Amino acid sequence: MCGIIGVVDRDRKGMSGASIKQALSMMNERGSGEGAGYVAYGAFPDYADYYALHIFFDNIRETKPKVEDIIERWGTIVHDEQIPTYEQPGIRKVHIPWRYFFRPDPLLMPRSTTPEEDIVTHLVMQVNSSVKGALIFSSGKNIAVFKASGWPEEVADFYRIQDYKGYIWLGHNRYPTNTPGWWGGAHPFNLLNWSVVHNGEITSYGTNRRYIESYGYQCTMFTDTEVVAYLIDLLVRRHLLPIPLAVRALAPPFWDEIDRMPEVEQQLNRAIRLTYGAALMNGPFAIVIANQDGIVGFTDRIKLRPLVAGECGARLYISSEEAAIRRIEPDIPRIFMPRAGEPVIGRVAS
Amino acid sequence: MSNRWGLEEMQRVSIDAAGIHYTDLNREIKRAFAAGAREITLTNVLGQRFIADGLRGDVSLIIRGVPGGDLGMFMSGPTCTVYGNSDHASGNTMDAGTIIIHGSSGDAVAHSMRGGSIYVRDNVGYRAGIHMKQYEEKCPVLVVGGSARAFLGEYMAGGLIILLRRGEDGPFSERGIGSGIHGGEIVVRGEISPECLGVGAKVAPASSEDIGRIRPYLERYRAVFGEDSVIQLDGPYTRVTPSSSRPFANKYVWE
Repeated sequence: MCGIIGVVDRDRKGMSGASIKQALSMMNERGSGEGAGYVAYGAFPDYADYYALHIFFDNIRETKPKVEDIIERWGTIVHDEQIPTYEQPGIRKVHIPWRYFFRPDPLLMPRSTTPEEDIVTHLVMQVNSSVKGALIFSSGKNIAVFKASGWPEEVADFYRIQDYKGYIWLGHNRYPTNTPGWWGGAHPFNLLNWSVVHNGEITSYGTNRRYIESYGYQCTMFTDTEVVAYLIDLLVRRHLLPIPLAVRALAPPFWDEIDRMPEVEQQLNRAIRLTYGAALMNGPFAIVIANQDGIVGFTDRIKLRPLVAGECGARLYISSEEAAIRRIEPDIPRIFMPRAGEPVIGRVAS
Repeated sequence: MSNRWGLEEMQRVSIDAAGIHYTDLNREIKRAFAAGAREITLTNVLGQRFIADGLRGDVSLIIRGVPGGDLGMFMSGPTCTVYGNSDHASGNTMDAGTIIIHGSSGDAVAHSMRGGSIYVRDNVGYRAGIHMKQYEEKCPVLVVGGSARAFLGEYMAGGLIILLRRGEDGPFSERGIGSGIHGGEIVVRGEISPECLGVGAKVAPASSEDIGRIRPYLERYRAVFGEDSVIQLDGPYTRVTPSSSRPFANKYVWE
């Protein structure tokens, strides 16, 4: 059991982190105080063109120079700073969060059609799998991730998320069930511009992990949600599937439903299921994924986890509970429950 | 401070739930009830779980706002009237009393319900009436004015679900209706797509006798929700019942 919330302002108007904190803490019952986190899109307007690498260091003296050495082999660090934190009674600062604004050198990845993104992905995988005591937990442009072990309010206050503005926010309150809670296991999980918050268990984790690792991703965070971030990156950024089809690959219709579809639909859905059988996610889940262009929420095919959406003007909300949405928009005119496996999408105006 | 002129007013209490945790709110409700209140109005309710849980006796709760999950769990006797939507599992293992929702309800409403009745004006989510049960004179009833999502009456062991599908035409086409049902009945207005019938369930048109049996609940629905809740009483109605009292006997027992 976890609590999730996402909001997008389709006119790209910035929202302070204060309200997402209040909304998420409506669902404290869904967490255990062992992990909470937020992501803001549009958080670094001054460095919007650089990849914002967020890193947890266990030890500044030993691990930081090692990581910087690896980063600088692939490009230029334009600016770096310790992520400001403010002591909270409930949070033990076991890692030191740092952020780097990084410009990769595309000439160093000559055979790639997306050299910058491939360099950043490679960096994330290399550091996370080879440098003990360092974890790159966010690597997108103009995107800030705030996470730690603690309750939603504590984590929000620890980073003072009210000081940041975003046109998209996701929030997550964790109740770890299969592995111990730790900072790196808190959501959102991020790679490049993708961020994922998730309530449930991916029981097909083993299959999904083997599949995704065959494409060069490496799972290092001891929890299932990580694969969702890599799967969506593979399907959308690298395989160029539109978001609704990527969601269909992850949570496809049942075979008997496909059998009853019109011929053309049948062909498409069979092709997706056969091509992406190993990407299919089983088990109970409700997920919200964001990138720079919007958010998408969906559940498993038999709806074993709750998901509610609401629309108010330019804003689309997706959450585990209606009350969390109403904490921000008390008089929201439209609340609805997405169908199992069907994506609800909020895209920013282009 | 309100002026109180008589016993009736003394029995009416209002609690502002804004910003109050459910533990404190429920304590307040129980305290008011113990002090003699028979009508308790909760205003500004937002997401508080477990409202009226385990409450026993004759009391009416008027809930303004959106209560959280497990409203009326283990409740025995009270009437909860919600002016708003309710979250998951309203009426979870409820024993007696009534829940009336002037709105929609989340997943698993009437979860394991064992007595009393629930009236939902609009829609319910997935797995409404999952594992409802009955015993001797205890027979829970769930009446839904709008529609339901998949797995309606899943693992149902007893009781009655009535789905009125206000404003909907065509067959009811949600997966797994009565999946694993081994007691009780589901009555749906309109037809049911054959492929949506769950494992262990069988389907037949409702007889005039069946319709006569559900009529009092339809009348109560109308009385509760008034003019806005015009429902077509003319059928056809379809009835889903267990095909056997042990639908999975062969699945879990090998001899």
